[in-house]
Amino acid sequence: MKYAEEFRDPKAARAALDAIARVCDQIGATAENPVRIMEICGGHTHAIFRYGLDKLTHPGIEFIHGPGCPVCVLPMSRVDECVQLAEQPNVIFTTFGDAMRVPGTRKSLLQAKADGADIRMVYSPLDALELARRNPDKEVIFFGLGFETTTPSTALSIQQASREGLTNFTVFCNHITVPPPIKALLDDPHMKLDGFVGPGHVSMVIGTHPYDFIADDYGKPIVVAGFEPLDLLQSVLMVLEQIRDGKATVQNQYARVVPEHGNPVSIAAINDVYEQRPSFEWRGLGEIDHSGLRIREQYKAFDAEEKFGIGYATGTRSVQEPEGCECGAVMTGRMKPTQCPMFGKGCTPEMPLGALMVSSEGACAAYYQYGGARAVEAAE
Amino acid sequence: MCLGIPGQITAITDPTRMMAMAEVSGVRREVNVAPIVTGALEDVVGKWALIHVGFAMAEIDEDEAAKTLEALRGLGEAQETLEAMAAGDAALEGRA
Repeated sequence: MKYAEEFRDPKAARAALDAIARVCDQIGATAENPVRIMEICGGHTHAIFRYGLDKLTHPGIEFIHGPGCPVCVLPMSRVDECVQLAEQPNVIFTTFGDAMRVPGTRKSLLQAKADGADIRMVYSPLDALELARRNPDKEVIFFGLGFETTTPSTALSIQQASREGLTNFTVFCNHITVPPPIKALLDDPHMKLDGFVGPGHVSMVIGTHPYDFIADDYGKPIVVAGFEPLDLLQSVLMVLEQIRDGKATVQNQYARVVPEHGNPVSIAAINDVYEQRPSFEWRGLGEIDHSGLRIREQYKAFDAEEKFGIGYATGTRSVQEPEGCECGAVMTGRMKPTQCPMFGKGCTPEMPLGALMVSSEGACAAYYQYGGARAVEAAE
Repeated sequence: MCLGIPGQITAITDPTRMMAMAEVSGVRREVNVAPIVTGALEDVVGKWALIHVGFAMAEIDEDEAAKTLEALRGLGEAQETLEAMAAGDAALEGRA
């Protein structure tokens, strides 16, 4: 159990919690009939558990953990393709460390590395570019993964590689975008969502307008939030006030970092290098229209799928998720992590079965790490 | 993995590639500053930015930098990022 006193500004936290309780009472939200608020970003999920915000706030609020952890929504088929790319001769396969332990059908990247593949964890696609410069006789492949926060980094790196005329650098593009899965969840008749806490650092790139449809077409409030616990409480309060007042607008609680129109340089680089795929597969959510990006024709020399004839370039798709894994149900809010039969038994952060247990931003890992006694009790 | 970490730009290192040195929580790391350049390249020196996977993605003020770093430390994300930077250096040397 966490306490408001742990906050940097306990007085402000207490005031926000009191205001949240007041508005919950005004709405008539109760534990039996809660207001369901989805935090989209995995970083927010992590912060909610780290600070116990789900326990500190009024019981009339239920947090639904959204699909905003790129590692967690990566389907097994893409991990298999990473392993396939990495196990080719003469290849240096580079990746963010987060992706190393995601299980594939045969093995994870970590296991492939142990088996001898030249797989290197890098901090930035710029590290992969540098490896390509230093190893002209090797093919350097970068595993491009992430939402709009990360997409500009690979776009700018591909532009740089193109300017330098590098011929041994490619990106295996798995970049995905936030708005399409939100639309898919809102279109799901089984989902009941009353409002959203929007991602902070994704929005510093794309701005707030890509969320307009949530308010305009679906009549749901969304508030873009920062990462301090107080930011999250204030954002939840803003969502609740909109619900109480019968409003649905896009609000920006994180305006000190998020400009309304995003970052123009990053948006231009994304649009220059990438285009929407017709659809892209998400773990637990299936294929979602226009939810993934691919490298444009102009830059196809830097597209690992094209160069090595893999992935969507081959046409054969879809791999079954492991038996007993309920990542899909958890991802769509139909099941709590602790209701999964594998939670804490066949699936732990040390030996993850499903991707939600791999990253600290995954809902299952967050429950496991911070849930303490309540998580274990609930699982037994 | 979608969170940026605050850093201060200390010097331009490669104007053609828009690279600069940044100090992130006591660690020096070369970053690309293209997203935050609005005028002369040199103008970014001394500024604070949210740095994500080697790119300065948004300019922030010093107070915001301090608050964000504290929040990231609370989540363990700051340490993770610094470890990732070290892993990246090791990868270039062929040690990882």
